[in-house]
Amino acid sequence: MDDALLRVRDLVTSFHTDRGVLRAVDQVTFDVPRATTVALVGESGCGKSVTALSILRLVTSPPGRIESGTVELEGRDLLQISERAMREVRGNLVSMIFQEPMTSLNPVYTIGWQIIEAVRLHRTRSRRVARARAIELLHLVGISDPDVHVDAYPHQLSGGQRQRAMIAMALACEPRLLLADEPTTALDVTIAAQILGLLSSLQQRLKMSILLITHDLGIVAENAEHVVVMYAGRVVEVAPVRDLFAAPAHPYTRGLLGSLPRPNAGRTHRLAAIEGIVPDLIALPTGCRFADRCAMRIDRCTREEPDLMAFEPGRSSRCWRASEVSP
Amino acid sequence: MTEPAPSAPLATPSGAEEAPARTLVATQGVSKYFPVPGRLFRRGERFVRAVDGVSLRVRQGETVGLVGESGCGKSTLGRLILRLIEPTFGRVIYDGLDITRRSQRDLRPLRRRMQIIFQDPYSSLNPRMTVREVVGEAIRVHRLAKTRAQEEARIVELLERVGLRADAMDRYPHEFSGGQRQRIGIARALAVEPEFIVCDEPVSALDVSIQAQIVNLLVELQETLGISYLFVSHDLQLVEHVSHRVAVMYLGKIVEQASAPMLYERPRHPYTVALLRAAPRPDPEHKRVRLVLEGEVPSAIDPPAGCPFHPRCERAVAGTCDVEDPPFEEMPRDSGHRVACWNPVP
Repeated sequence: MDDALLRVRDLVTSFHTDRGVLRAVDQVTFDVPRATTVALVGESGCGKSVTALSILRLVTSPPGRIESGTVELEGRDLLQISERAMREVRGNLVSMIFQEPMTSLNPVYTIGWQIIEAVRLHRTRSRRVARARAIELLHLVGISDPDVHVDAYPHQLSGGQRQRAMIAMALACEPRLLLADEPTTALDVTIAAQILGLLSSLQQRLKMSILLITHDLGIVAENAEHVVVMYAGRVVEVAPVRDLFAAPAHPYTRGLLGSLPRPNAGRTHRLAAIEGIVPDLIALPTGCRFADRCAMRIDRCTREEPDLMAFEPGRSSRCWRASEVSP
Repeated sequence: MTEPAPSAPLATPSGAEEAPARTLVATQGVSKYFPVPGRLFRRGERFVRAVDGVSLRVRQGETVGLVGESGCGKSTLGRLILRLIEPTFGRVIYDGLDITRRSQRDLRPLRRRMQIIFQDPYSSLNPRMTVREVVGEAIRVHRLAKTRAQEEARIVELLERVGLRADAMDRYPHEFSGGQRQRIGIARALAVEPEFIVCDEPVSALDVSIQAQIVNLLVELQETLGISYLFVSHDLQLVEHVSHRVAVMYLGKIVEQASAPMLYERPRHPYTVALLRAAPRPDPEHKRVRLVLEGEVPSAIDPPAGCPFHPRCERAVAGTCDVEDPPFEEMPRDSGHRVACWNPVP
């Protein structure tokens, strides 16, 4: 993946809490190639959203702090540039959309006003041109009667339409990279399918990369080319999507896949649940963070944490027994 | 207040549904209309038809899955069955007794037999009560233990049954993870030895790996205790996994109902087909023909004339589907597969 648009290396983001320092993102490393969708997968608290916020330097500080690592966008380390330069990056080169559109839509302004502001900030000073662009964007994301809805307030739209409006705002400046944090989790399946279809057609049109943050493996399978699996702040597996589903190389990934209901399996089939719970990030075990839930645990796992080790081009796993996970 | 059990078959007469188990819960044309607020001077004119003439039944030891998108009325139906809200029309029959008009006081003996598990294990447990109090409360209300020691032993037994250690007893809900809290909610429901539990999105708030733990627990409990479930969920794959039979709701009505294998292998209603196609499958090799359903669910305040789904339906027949609501018919006969559609998928 020489042609990576985004290169994240050894990123560490911590939160300083009453109970101690918690490393929500711990030595996270991955690439996002150009015009590609990479899924960042994991369960709540694994650090996937904090990773995205760290890329945009939007971690609330205090209590949060980006401690170390590099986030290179087209060769430029975003962690080293000035706040002023960073503002040029946000919304322009890199945009973010959220699960709850009201996170980024301001309820007291019309959606048109909000898109126009984004366009005028980065693209044109002309209000008239910006308004025309806003209407064009609303049309692009499939909002009906865009010349009317441009003057609508967020509360006048349905959940799906709000999601579309937020996408229009994020895409106003045709970013190279879109960070999509659970973009369809709050939506019904038929609306979610519309939004995901929209994202993929916009991706082809704008040739942008998407970092798709999700807990839904169905969405991963249908939308991503590469997958990064996170667990307790660590990347535990990286793989092309087909390889990940066909032959996972980390017991946690295998566990996640096993815990999904299979079509036609019948009621008597027990789901292969992963027993136990995620470790406390403040009191982490010495060895592998997944060890106490792992069916393949050996002595070494509780003593020594493995590195994220590449074993094939484009594939790596943080497991001592990676080669045995999918025999 | 006891009525004789109706001798005629309940709700929907059926010829050939395999299990001959007795019907535990049934609704007959049950409806819930909520008045639309906000029209100060013209009150009571408009209603949201949250549930609109639904007939459904759940047999002993059976899981009936209820799927649909948000606002389709599936959670309201679950609450109507438990009489947590009052139906506007129709009847609710529990074990042969019409409970529609019973006072809450007369319902009390039946309350023991039916329970509910909620979606959000964070808000459904009183944060000021220890686990012992949460689980023990039901035991006390229904006088299910004679002595303090008996009650204690029963709580320990319940906690172990749901996979919690006895030392969880003196802790508060916030000290537990989401999955563990859901286990506490299940222990509370089981405390009164119910025959029937409405599971309202019981795992939607949980992570995937934890979902599987809870789903396995619910299935196990059914196998050992013979409990019936109404399993309300938006997750089609999960519902297929847990259910014997599945009903699909759209805008307050059941549009299709069949055994789980039948419904998933041969869906007949265009809405069911669209739902199944829209749900992403965790299989990158499966390149689905993306048939994205256009538009959004119409308002339940002024539902469209005719079939509620016709404005979004690609099989809609002009002059029929937009005029008259289709009957809920068994097709083919005696299959137990019912569809409300003028032009079902062959």
